[in-house]
Amino acid sequence: MAAHSAVLSVSRIINPIWGRHLGNTVKVFGTTLTSHRNKTLHVSDNIPPPAKYGGRHTVTLIPGDGIGPELLSHVVEVFRFSCVPVDFEVVHVNSALEAEDDIDNAITAIRRNGVALKGNIETKHTMPPSMKSRNNLLRTSLDLYANVMHCQSLPGVQTRHRNIDIMIIRENTEGEYSSLEHESVSGVVECLKIITRSNSLRIAEYAFQLAREKGRRRVTAVHKANIMKLGDGLFLQCCREVASGYPDITFDSMIVDNTTMQLVSKPQQFDVMVMPNLYGNVVSNVCAGLVGGPGLVPGANYGRDYAVFETATRNTGKSVAGKNIANPTAMLLASCMMLDHLKLYNYANLIRNAVLTTMNETRLHTADLGGQGTTSEVVQSIMRIIQSKGQLTADI
Amino acid sequence: PAGALRSTPSSTPGTTRGMVQDPTQFDVLVMPNLYGDILSDLCAGLIGGLGVTPSGNIGANGVAIFESVHGTAPDIAGLDLANPTALLLSGVMMLRHMGLHQYAAKIQTACFDTIKEKKVLTKDLGGNSKCSEFTTEICRRVQDLA
Repeated sequence: MAAHSAVLSVSRIINPIWGRHLGNTVKVFGTTLTSHRNKTLHVSDNIPPPAKYGGRHTVTLIPGDGIGPELLSHVVEVFRFSCVPVDFEVVHVNSALEAEDDIDNAITAIRRNGVALKGNIETKHTMPPSMKSRNNLLRTSLDLYANVMHCQSLPGVQTRHRNIDIMIIRENTEGEYSSLEHESVSGVVECLKIITRSNSLRIAEYAFQLAREKGRRRVTAVHKANIMKLGDGLFLQCCREVASGYPDITFDSMIVDNTTMQLVSKPQQFDVMVMPNLYGNVVSNVCAGLVGGPGLVPGANYGRDYAVFETATRNTGKSVAGKNIANPTAMLLASCMMLDHLKLYNYANLIRNAVLTTMNETRLHTADLGGQGTTSEVVQSIMRIIQSKGQLTADI
Repeated sequence: PAGALRSTPSSTPGTTRGMVQDPTQFDVLVMPNLYGDILSDLCAGLIGGLGVTPSGNIGANGVAIFESVHGTAPDIAGLDLANPTALLLSGVMMLRHMGLHQYAAKIQTACFDTIKEKKVLTKDLGGNSKCSEFTTEICRRVQDLA
């Protein structure tokens, strides 16, 4: 499966011993599952190898809008400094144009390279409704059906709640984001929320596979099936069906409004959560807020053939763009998830370690965390730590 | 005056995140049904839960129903253990809706003071008083405020 190795690695830093143990477990499960199931989602054998020539990978880079370009330039800077064997193919997407040529180019580039790192592309409210969100278009065209976010309390960050460790798996292609709206009568708009059995089964499988591989005990499905009896009811039913195939994992469900209430009062009760698109959006933002804000959490979008990495809460951050105050942590951690996906584990751990050390020990916090550090100060500190590890680096 | 009001559209996920990080930045929020469902429970969680959260449903021509939003709690029904705060504060909302502001203010102050002093609290708020004892305490304060 595309996800497991990338997601494992954060826990490796937090607890290296446990992480290593899990790494071996993953290899065992990989072979067991393939032999048990005919229709397996563990297609790590079937995913075409990422673009690699002369030992170097090529990754599509989409700068996006707002803080995207500057954060991604820092990623490129850190990669170059650490001599990471990754070359970036930069594709610009102009959010002000109605034509879809730009985004089509980006999609083609991702199909070619297999992996991408992106900033958020702004969806202007002033554009006509017929113009679809570029980010959404990218996700659906590449069928990146699973959005995975790992929210963990970080030692160096002050938050109201501690010891949070939640994995959120959000269906990424349908639901309320199907962009199917119409106005049959003036002043009355109907919006279609699409829930399909196949996509619900697929995302539930993904969640349970990931839970098993990461050694997690419990999966909670978040829904509103008491009101949307057919739509969310179908989703819930699919989750239950998949759960029956994983007797070692506890499955329960919770209505979305109660979920948000529980999240702000007792977030430690949650382990792995799976849900349709909109609830996923809401719940991931709540969780990002709980662990310290949008500047800290990386996110990943996985499909059968492609993987795209970005910050978890997908902000353009227009208000802080160009001021050197944005928090580079989320984007750098996302790039580490990408390195794990490319199986460049050493580089991933090196950079990730440096990022977390800077945040936890040196306390160079940016404004969003209540500090006064600038983006470049944080990045410099990260590079100094990388250099101190004794590996080959370029000049600062 | 209406000119002094500022309205800012805010996306739901951004709002939920903002609510978790700094709820004091928000004043009045208006939204469609589903988002309201989610956000109202989220905010209830921030202030202490459904046991203390009042609500009102306002219709045309001033027709309104005020209610607490917690469940029926069959496990503690009839045992004099429940926390009446949510329903009481819903009653206060009702009095304001009817224009009986003085009565509303008195009862609200009495209720808040009782909770603040922490001497007579129901179980869900960390005390071990009965519902009737909590109510009596509030009534005593209302009398003192008269």
